[in-house]
Amino acid sequence: MREAKANRSCLAYSSHHSVWDLTQNIMSIRRFLAALQARNLEFLRDRTALGWNLIMPVLIVMGFAFAFTTGQEELYKVGLFGETDTEQPIQAFLQTRYVEFIEIEELDKTIEKVDRHQIDLLLDLNNQRYWVNSTSPKGYLLEKVVAPYQFERVALSGSEIRYVDWVVPGVLGMNIMFSALFGVGYVIVRYRKNGVLKRLRATPLSAFEFISAQIASRLLMIVTVTTLVYLGTDLLVDFRMTGSYWLLLLILIVGALSMISVGLLVAARITSEEAANGLLNLISWPMMLLSGVWFSLEGSHPLVQNLALALPLTHMVDAARAVMIEGAGIKEVAAPLLSLCLFTLCFVTIGSKSFRWE
Amino acid sequence: MIEAQNLCKHYPGVKAVNGVSFHIPRGVCFGLLGPNGAGKTTTVEMLEGIITPSSGNILYKGEPLGQRFRNEAGIMFQHTALQEFIQVDEALRMFQNFYPNPRPLDDLVEACALEEFLTRDTRKLSGGQKQRLLLAIALINNPEVVFLDEPTTGLDPQSRRNLWSQVRRIKAENKTLVLTTHYMEEAFELCDEIIIMDHGVIIAQGNPKALLADHFDNSVITLPRDALPDQLTLNDGASIHPQGDIVEILSKDVDSTIRLLTANQIPLRQLQVRTPTLEDLFLELTGHHLRS
Repeated sequence: MREAKANRSCLAYSSHHSVWDLTQNIMSIRRFLAALQARNLEFLRDRTALGWNLIMPVLIVMGFAFAFTTGQEELYKVGLFGETDTEQPIQAFLQTRYVEFIEIEELDKTIEKVDRHQIDLLLDLNNQRYWVNSTSPKGYLLEKVVAPYQFERVALSGSEIRYVDWVVPGVLGMNIMFSALFGVGYVIVRYRKNGVLKRLRATPLSAFEFISAQIASRLLMIVTVTTLVYLGTDLLVDFRMTGSYWLLLLILIVGALSMISVGLLVAARITSEEAANGLLNLISWPMMLLSGVWFSLEGSHPLVQNLALALPLTHMVDAARAVMIEGAGIKEVAAPLLSLCLFTLCFVTIGSKSFRWE
Repeated sequence: MIEAQNLCKHYPGVKAVNGVSFHIPRGVCFGLLGPNGAGKTTTVEMLEGIITPSSGNILYKGEPLGQRFRNEAGIMFQHTALQEFIQVDEALRMFQNFYPNPRPLDDLVEACALEEFLTRDTRKLSGGQKQRLLLAIALINNPEVVFLDEPTTGLDPQSRRNLWSQVRRIKAENKTLVLTTHYMEEAFELCDEIIIMDHGVIIAQGNPKALLADHFDNSVITLPRDALPDQLTLNDGASIHPQGDIVEILSKDVDSTIRLLTANQIPLRQLQVRTPTLEDLFLELTGHHLRS
């Protein structure tokens, strides 16, 4: 209402002038660049924040690389494909303790997982077949257990996906999420509280120019920092990267934009730093836990899995993992990329419509 | 230059500004005076386009506030911060880039005496230095109208004098100035025209000297309270006003009042005589002190 009034008076005035003046009023590259540069300097000179952004993710990945060199879970994972007839002798095997049985629907995808050691054994109940990776110790043991049921053996020999290979895309995504949420959301609320926004508002700088500058600055920083973190991690820990670097960069940019837009939405009208901090934590922690950064959500409750789909980080980490671990191409990651774009569009629209200078 | 018509700003439970109208002519220094909470800052922020009035109109050069006003106005807020980790010269360059025809940097540095701390982080400035930087930012677009909201609040006397001389220099450039303050002497020193506000309304309006001449035809004599006996009858046109440790005697005829004091053997060692100030005017109009 207030903004609408202000806009009306602004437009009423602009109608006296040319279209060029009008476009100058809405978006001037010079004003945009001035705001962008100020934010970049602020970020680069804030050594503690910069250090935190750069070093923390490398340390986390290193920590996991050393702590989990020998594998991580106590459970054996067995994929089940097809119907289980209660009369079949294999029923006895399905009662085995310490084995997690996962009913699957797509056979091909699961075979790939056996190849990458993510699933230890895959049973096709319809055709009395099983897949096992002959280089997997867990597969070797499970094979001894299923031997009496005389299923047909299909051997695979792909190399193991270590936990560190799996966790690197998650940690990179998590770092991007924190950087985007706090670097945009918290900072704008601080600007609003200490009067920086008020001071800027009294200049010809438009809200659109200001917000664009914040997005551009943060995106630039995220891409740079993530590249450095990636290179640093790669030097210290040898992790798997089988896909295209350009595609990974695209996922990084699209994902970062969606996170920044969440930050903008949070910052749209909150005036207290404490409230912003609380809300950002309320968003970032569940996102970190539910988006499959640290552990796979496979086999978790369907409710949790659906909830995860509502979080942008899930789509970003999924896409990054698909490219890094499976060497997926643009077609395979089109769906998560599209979801991320939709999230961004939605959050930016609501965020800019409800944005307040005060 | 600026026309305010029946401005109101109501917040839930508070009428911060309640029906204020005035005209600010081009080239004058216009002062808004009043105690804290009188509605000065709310009024001036409505003029600046920062706060939207609940009702009423503001016209700048006959038009509603718009992009033209943003380009031609310079504003120094009461509470404001700059981005962190930014040096003084970088802040100035950023603000220069927001405007179509900014003033050259050297010009501003000289006008506001910024030389000695030009490459310092803006967070490490003293109070006076920060005010000078904020003044420079307010002047960066070579504005036609300059708003200064409580520019000297919290400054030491020397910094205050410095800022006054800078304000006089701005006046000499024939710019229109809008100044809020709760220091009556500041308004008296700098303003050509003032409005005095209290509880969201205007209680007096005009030239400071003319206002005093209109309201007062007497002088103020001050004495320590214990110098005066409890029972003292003064001459006609004189009245006694106790003010804490001192007593103020308002008198139309200072000579005869002092003769009377001498006749009563009252010691005159700490006696002071002065003409009434805007502070006295405020007291007379509202019955309470500015800073009470």
